[in-house]
Parts: sequence; structure tokens; C-alpha cells
Amino acid sequence: MKSLFQLYIQQFKTTFATMFQYRASLVIWMIGQVLEPLVYLIVWSTVSNGNGGSIGSYTTGAFVSYFIILMLVNQFTYTWVMFDYEYRIREGYLSFALLKPVHPIHSDIADNIMSKSITLPVLTVIAIILGLAFHAGLTVTPWTAVLFIPGLLLAFALRFLLEWTLAQCAFWTTRVSAINQIYFFLLLFLSGQIAPLSILPHAVQIAAKILPFYWTIGFPTELLLGKVTIEAAFIGIGVQIVWLAIAVLLLRLVWRLGVKAYSAVGQ
Amino acid sequence: MSYFRLVRVFFRVNIVGEVAYRINFFVNIFQSLLALGTALAGMAIIFSFTDSLGGWRPAEILALVGVYVLIGGVIRFAIQPGMAQLIESVRDGTFDFTLTKPEDAQLITSISRFGIWEIINILLGFALLIIALVRLGASIGGLQAIEFLAMLLTGAVIIYSFFLILATLAFWLVRVENILTVFQSMYEAGRWPVTLYPAWLRYGLTFVIPVAFATTVPVEALTNRLNWVTLLVAFILAVVLFAASRVFWKLGLKHYSGTSA
Repeated sequence: MKSLFQLYIQQFKTTFATMFQYRASLVIWMIGQVLEPLVYLIVWSTVSNGNGGSIGSYTTGAFVSYFIILMLVNQFTYTWVMFDYEYRIREGYLSFALLKPVHPIHSDIADNIMSKSITLPVLTVIAIILGLAFHAGLTVTPWTAVLFIPGLLLAFALRFLLEWTLAQCAFWTTRVSAINQIYFFLLLFLSGQIAPLSILPHAVQIAAKILPFYWTIGFPTELLLGKVTIEAAFIGIGVQIVWLAIAVLLLRLVWRLGVKAYSAVGQ
Repeated sequence: MSYFRLVRVFFRVNIVGEVAYRINFFVNIFQSLLALGTALAGMAIIFSFTDSLGGWRPAEILALVGVYVLIGGVIRFAIQPGMAQLIESVRDGTFDFTLTKPEDAQLITSISRFGIWEIINILLGFALLIIALVRLGASIGGLQAIEFLAMLLTGAVIIYSFFLILATLAFWLVRVENILTVFQSMYEAGRWPVTLYPAWLRYGLTFVIPVAFATTVPVEALTNRLNWVTLLVAFILAVVLFAASRVFWKLGLKHYSGTSA
């Protein structure tokens, strides 16, 4: 336990140092993180205004708040391990990680937490500025605020485990970019990134709620926005827990198979 | 050696380097189609709630998506690979070899690398554009067509010069591998007419990172939205940027002192 704690501290330091080394990349990356929800915010506000000020249960102001909160939730839950993993395997870096007495996922968790604690404050400031610029309206009731916290943390845990499992595809194929693209396609339409789920076609809504995508981004966003009833919020958190359990099992299984299939390439 | 022969030789080298991986062809087709499907599905969702977006009809937005895919393909086919290669070769010193060649170094840099698979995107973008043109049909006159082609070309020159200026920074800063991605992340915003955006973003996408000239402006010409002022500004900007990028390149060359080798 103590060694695990030390590993986290060490990874925090390494990530911190790396991020300050690559400041410019960080800024460029964050521009992208802001721009995509911003574009959808503007497009949907335009459509909503042309439609008499609302679409479904979303007023123009609600669209603005939705996409700003979505930007923050997405920032909180996203990972980049599936872009990294193929490189680690191809170059043989995974071999070093396997020699360590702890599971390699721990250094990724620590890396993720540290970089978020640098990017999130910056993005929060941007979110506030955008909120003021686009006249976002947000009223948070105590119960949505309280339930939002477990909803958000579960969303992070779920997305992390799923995307870490997805990254394991690199054990079997080097064409991970195609697989990642399929994943992001599904994520875009089923997680609520392109539009709030409730205005999408019914079939898409059902698929989104059965699959895990919505529970990693859209659900916490709509929860904070007050678009989810209290019963639905509890059910949602239940679904998140079920998916989390499935994700843990899936990860263990895929990891075990992957390591067996792994033959170090590179150094 | 003529310019075209050089291009042909480099192009062949690039093709030979890629066709060895035959399955890449199918993977790239799949990825291009998926990207296109994503854009079209997004469009379909939005137009299920409205007939026009900021005054743009679906067929006009379709033309914009076509130009977006087409120009995006051209950038990643002909512009970005050479510039990325330049940045890398300045850092590891292999740029020395480019300098020893008898042709102009900027020319060699610009045509030595091609993103072969982007031809798929160029074709897809072109096909989409044709579909949009058929739908727009009679509303396009001869003058608009000429303006459209002129603005496409102008946009390409602006983007090329912009990329060259960014890449030339490598002569001073050396470690600028990620600088080209700044364009890529902003280019996403070009899928919609920039006239939708608030002024600060619109100006940013026009004059700081010239995405608008590559996407919105040509389609504005096509759909008869362009005034002569924008046309003139685009043309002047293209000439000025092209000249400035050349001057900047020469300055950069003077500053270059082979780092390794």
C-alpha cells in the first residue's frame, strides 16, 4: 500500500514536469477541447433561436449551459491512453511496465489525475467567461449538486476503465486509429456530445441508455442542469455502478488475454 | 529538371512507399467514409429541426462540407506532410541534405512528401461538392463558378503560406513539432459557416488562423454571398502572405546552422 502511494506521488511529479515541458502542446490541445463544444453551442443556439427560442425541453439558454457543462464534464472524464498504448507496445515500453510489481494502470490513473488538476482550473475559467459571453442560465438545486458529485466520479471511473480496456486492442492490432475512430463516432452521437440526448431520435436515445456512452458524459451533464428527475438520477447512478462492475470484469479479462498475446516488439 | 518532373518523381517515391501496405488502402477508405458519415449525420440531425442555419440552406451547407473535406484532404495530401518533415529535419539536422540539392530548398520541402491516402478524402469531398451543386442547380451562374474556383485557389495559397510560416519557425525554435496541429484543431470549426460565430471567433478564424478563407469564403462565392470587398481582401492577403512567407523562409535559412550532422 505504501509503495503504491509512493508510485502515485512519483507519477504526479513526473506528469507535472512533463506538462510544463510541453506547455505549447497543452495550450493547443486545450483549444481543441474548448472549440468542439463551443461550435455545437453556437450551432444549436442558432437553430433554437430560429425555432422560436427552444427545441424540446431545451431553451437557447439551456443549450448554452448544456454545452459549457458538457465541456467541463468531458474534460473531467476524458483519457488519452488509447492514443498512447500502441506506441508503448510497438516500442517495447510496456515491457518495462510489466517488470514493475504494480499493475501498469496505476501510473495511468495518477497521470490522468495530475494533468486534470492542471487543465481543469484553466478550463473552468474559460467556462465562466463563455457562460458570461453567451448568457448561460444555470440554477442548481441542492439535490442536483449533491447527486452530481457521485455521478461525475462514477462517470470518470467508468470512462477510464472502458477506454483503458479499449487501449488493450493494441495487443492484437496496430491499426488502433481506426478502432479509436469508431469509438469516437459512437461517443459523439451516443454520449450527448453532439446534442442533448432528449432531442435525438428515440432509437438513438434507447441505444445510448443501454450502452455505457451516455453514462460517461451526458448523464452527469444533464444531472447538474436539472434535466433529470430525482428518481431517474438514482436509477442512473445505479446503471453507472452496474456498468462499472462490467467494465472491471472486462478489463481484467482483456488484460489477461492481452498480456498472454504480447510478445515484446522493439528494444 | 522541370518542376512537374520533380513533383512526379517525388509523388512516385511516396506511392511506392505506401502501396507496400495494401491493407492500409481499405483501412483508410473506411476511416474517410466514417469521418464523412459523422459529418453528414451531424448535419442531418441539425436540419431535422430547421430549414436553414443562419440563412444557409441544407444544399449550401452540403457544399460547405464538401469543400471542407476536399480542402482538408488537399492540406493533408500536399501541404502538411512536407511541412512536418521540414520541422523534423531541422531538428535532427537532416535538412542539410535538402540544402545540398541543386533545386530551391522551399520547393523541395513543399513537394517531397505527400499524404497519399488523402486522395480518398479529396475524391469524397469532390463527390459531395458535385451532389451539392446538382441540388443547388440553376442558382449558380458562370461568374459564381469562376469566383468559386478563384477563391478555392486563393484559399489554398493562404493556407500554404500560413503553414510555411509556422514551419519556418523551426529554424529559430527547433522544437515546434506540435505547432501544425493548431491549424488542425481550428479547422474543425470550418465545417460550419463562420458567419454563425460571434465576431471575436469569426475574426480569429479569418485573420489569425485563416480557416475561413479555405472553407466559408469559396462557398460564399458559389452561393452568391460574396461581396467584392471580401474577394479583394482574400486576393491581396494571398499575395501578401505568399510573399511574406518567402521572405520569412529566406530569413530562416540564413539562421539555420545544421544542428547535428
